[in-house]
Amino acid sequence: MLTYISRRLMMLAIVVLGVTIMTFVLMNVAPGDPAEMVAMARYGLENLTVEQVENIRISEGLDAPVWIQYMHWLAHALKGDLGRSLVTGDPVMQEIMVRAPATLILALASLVVSLLIAIPAGIISAARQNTMLDYLARTGALLGASMPNFWLALLLILLFSVTLGWLPVFGYGEFRHIILPAVTLGTGLAAITTRLTRSSMLEVLEQNYIITARAKGLQEGNIIFHHAFKNAFIPVITIIGLQLGHLLEGTVIVESIFAWPGLGKLLVDSIYARDYAVIQACVLLFAVLFVVINLLVDILYVYIDPRIRYEKKG
Amino acid sequence: MALLSIRNLTTVFNCQEGMVKACNNVSLDINQGQTLGLIGETGCGKSVLGLSILKLLPVNAVSSGQIIYNNQDLLALSVKEMCQVRGSEIGFLPQSPATALNPVLRIGEQLTEGLQLHQGMVKEKARVIAMDMLKSLGLKDCDKRAADYPHQLSGGMKQRVVAAMSITGQPSLLIADEPTKGLDAVNRAQVIDLLRQLTIKTKASLLLITHDLKVAVALCDEIAVMYSGEIVEKGSADQVLNNPLHPYTQGLVASLPERGLFPIPGYSPSLLDDIPGCRFYSRCPIRNENCKHQPVINREVNGVHVRCLYVDQSGGTQQRIYGRGFQSEAV
Repeated sequence: MLTYISRRLMMLAIVVLGVTIMTFVLMNVAPGDPAEMVAMARYGLENLTVEQVENIRISEGLDAPVWIQYMHWLAHALKGDLGRSLVTGDPVMQEIMVRAPATLILALASLVVSLLIAIPAGIISAARQNTMLDYLARTGALLGASMPNFWLALLLILLFSVTLGWLPVFGYGEFRHIILPAVTLGTGLAAITTRLTRSSMLEVLEQNYIITARAKGLQEGNIIFHHAFKNAFIPVITIIGLQLGHLLEGTVIVESIFAWPGLGKLLVDSIYARDYAVIQACVLLFAVLFVVINLLVDILYVYIDPRIRYEKKG
Repeated sequence: MALLSIRNLTTVFNCQEGMVKACNNVSLDINQGQTLGLIGETGCGKSVLGLSILKLLPVNAVSSGQIIYNNQDLLALSVKEMCQVRGSEIGFLPQSPATALNPVLRIGEQLTEGLQLHQGMVKEKARVIAMDMLKSLGLKDCDKRAADYPHQLSGGMKQRVVAAMSITGQPSLLIADEPTKGLDAVNRAQVIDLLRQLTIKTKASLLLITHDLKVAVALCDEIAVMYSGEIVEKGSADQVLNNPLHPYTQGLVASLPERGLFPIPGYSPSLLDDIPGCRFYSRCPIRNENCKHQPVINREVNGVHVRCLYVDQSGGTQQRIYGRGFQSEAV
């Protein structure tokens, strides 16, 4: 198991290297002069002078060729120094440490919402195949999957904040603030998980060992929740792991809408300002999280599916 | 009084293509301690018949008629009452033990859950009984095996586990669904041995569903031959296999390798088709025009029930088409 994990972590290094090179190249291909954008963000459009722009270009090393800039960044990053924000001048690490918990909380809350909806809906949908309940769950899943996050977010704000006045439009810090963003992200995820849980359950319920379980005289509830679900859950876990990765991505939009002070909003803001150091750090963190989550899922398999072992015993 | 008597059982599957009549007006009796072999080719409805008794078929299957077990009609029982019968009154030995065990549950749990449920035993006690059962069926290191998952066991071990599972509840009737399907000669001999042990140990009746005539010969007291959803011949094992009356049974016997491997020409009719006359008509070597339209009735000839218009009283059809009968051999 340990060799397996260390091998996977080595692959993480390769992924991270690739992702950061890609980001660096893409940032430099994007239109707009970064020195000018940063100067605008620092001094404001009105008092902007040519000297200021050129000073920034030289002081931040933006005049060097792209690959030199990258090597420079990499050398520092390897020492654990992700640089300073071009706009605020604060250390990037500090900024990220402040923002990361907000994003993680939102991602986990969304995941919980999605599982609370998807697992029961998927199981019921399969156990009562082709009944009203099944059609209802499937229609709901179709809606959830086809509705874009930003639109659903606006609809929810319109209903629960503007019309009913039950929940705040945006904010951070209290439980009621997380409800709308978590529901927005969670319902979208739930759609996919519901479909997968349903089809996975249907497949498992046709297996011979389910007939064996029935032949023993076990009650239907025991069969569905114990014998069938334990098997059906294996592919669902895979999807949940992938979704957690995509959640980080999804938060970019939803955090912007709900002014949620997380990494997603930080990333969007720094892209507007061409704050290279912050963009690079955010992307780096997302890449690491994505790979680590997938690794955790793979490790989790061992505990869920006894047939999976990553190395031979003894 | 038979332990189980099936009367006019018809099981129909509602499919998009129409109604599939997998069991058509089947009547059978199994007495206490008796072994009844149900033989026939793939797709003739014999497994459906077995699963109909336990009501384990998918929701689109509808059974009508009567299945009387211990004076109660199983078809009239509720789902909950049926759960009481399954496993404790009637055991089920599924085909292919490789897929009959749940891959993510430990062997021990799969063995004991029936006992815990039916007899309200605590885990420890159920475990002791299950382990005894495994041991008596010749499995070594039972305690270690109980903590294993199915994929850690060999095919033979799984076979024993599945067999133990089917009789832990001490059922009075055991339904074995193609227990030798896909096994090589050595394993087949082991399974036959295992089934023999099971019936001796539990004194249970056995409904043995198989397409393997050798297995049937080795174990059965009585044999029923099924063709295209109907029972075409039914009698003592000796009579049915050594002196087959129905042309289909004669064909089955003649198709054995040691009897010359003569195939029966043609295919069985689709179970979707309603046929007014004999269902074997299209493949029968002794057919005539009457067979096509005239409803076939069961006739009794020398204690054997046979579903053919042209079986005469002296025993046998008017001509012997496929050669001599089948001599039982030690298997």
